[in-house]
Amino acid sequence: MANEQPTIAGKDYVRAVPNTWWLQRKTYVTFMVRELTCVFVGAYALFLLVLVSKAGDAAAFDALLNSPVLITLQIIALPMVLFHSITWINLTPKVMVVFRGEDKVSPALIAGVNYVAWAAISVIIYGIASCQG
Amino acid sequence: MAASDTVKKTMSLEVFRYRPDEEDEPTFQTYEVPYKEDWVVLDALNYVKDTMDGTLSFRWSCRMGVCGSCGMMVNGEPKLTCSAFLRDYYPDPIRVEPLTYFPVIRDLVINMDDFMNKLTEVQAWLQPKEEKPVSEGEYRQTPAELAKYKQYTMCINCMLCYSACPVYGRHPEFTGPAAIALAQRYNLDSRDGAADERAEVIFKHEGIWGCTFVGDCSRVCPKHVDPAGAIQQAKVTATQDWYKSLLMPKRK
Repeated sequence: MANEQPTIAGKDYVRAVPNTWWLQRKTYVTFMVRELTCVFVGAYALFLLVLVSKAGDAAAFDALLNSPVLITLQIIALPMVLFHSITWINLTPKVMVVFRGEDKVSPALIAGVNYVAWAAISVIIYGIASCQG
Repeated sequence: MAASDTVKKTMSLEVFRYRPDEEDEPTFQTYEVPYKEDWVVLDALNYVKDTMDGTLSFRWSCRMGVCGSCGMMVNGEPKLTCSAFLRDYYPDPIRVEPLTYFPVIRDLVINMDDFMNKLTEVQAWLQPKEEKPVSEGEYRQTPAELAKYKQYTMCINCMLCYSACPVYGRHPEFTGPAAIALAQRYNLDSRDGAADERAEVIFKHEGIWGCTFVGDCSRVCPKHVDPAGAIQQAKVTATQDWYKSLLMPKRK
């Protein structure tokens, strides 16, 4: 069923893709940075799990929070997680397509709802944390 | 030479040449072409072909961004050469290459067999849920049902999205942006009933799951089809189908 074109047999020239392909375009670089930020998102999630495991032991909990290594991790992870979250939310309108009759709901509104939800959940968590602290 | 000739502006066109009957490796050939404000790269290529070098091979047809034949790399960017104006590059030279990630047959002509076969694999055509005789009339559809897939009907099969996709570059077995967007076009059509057959081809690793959402396909698409969006939406559908089959294994 293949639609073969007349070519000189075996003489099609195939251009190799260099390992530096991701430096060729700005969108590729942005993509690679977004992928790399995953590592920090993962590292921070691990940190949180360890922190939760120390919840019963106040001294160990404080020691972990005050550890210079982990403070450094958090300082690096914060911008990485923010970059990851913002680029993630900006992409949601591509995935969530909502129609109202014949019209598409504006992508800005869909991303906006995600930002509002992000802010609201953050405020709620902060509220719970400050009540308990 | 008349004085008026000396002030005529020209531009350098560096063109990828590959003549399989003469050479094993491609080369670049530079042509000095007239600079005209209303000329596009395709006009300059036709000028070369008509007046300077009849051996130069390239595809083109409509000259108005509809046929999808004249896609090439213009200074490293996948472009329809009928829509790439010289004035946007002047006075710098313009480098014209065949669409990247595709095998080159000759000069600027790529081998598109792979894409054509993928279009067939994803069954990019309408397959009515229930065939009915002509006497029963049309398969009717509301404007709201049309709106759901209309964007994907804009695809002109120009393959610029494949040349923007590093996944396709590294893994040519990837079904790729346009073929998946076109599969989605028919899957979302209320008259169509072949989504399950298409799912077997596109809901697998070489299909939608190969996509890492670089998103460059949507950026270069001259028709704003947004194939990256189509692929992510298909991922959501595939995931929902998987959960449904898990929760209700007997229901088809």
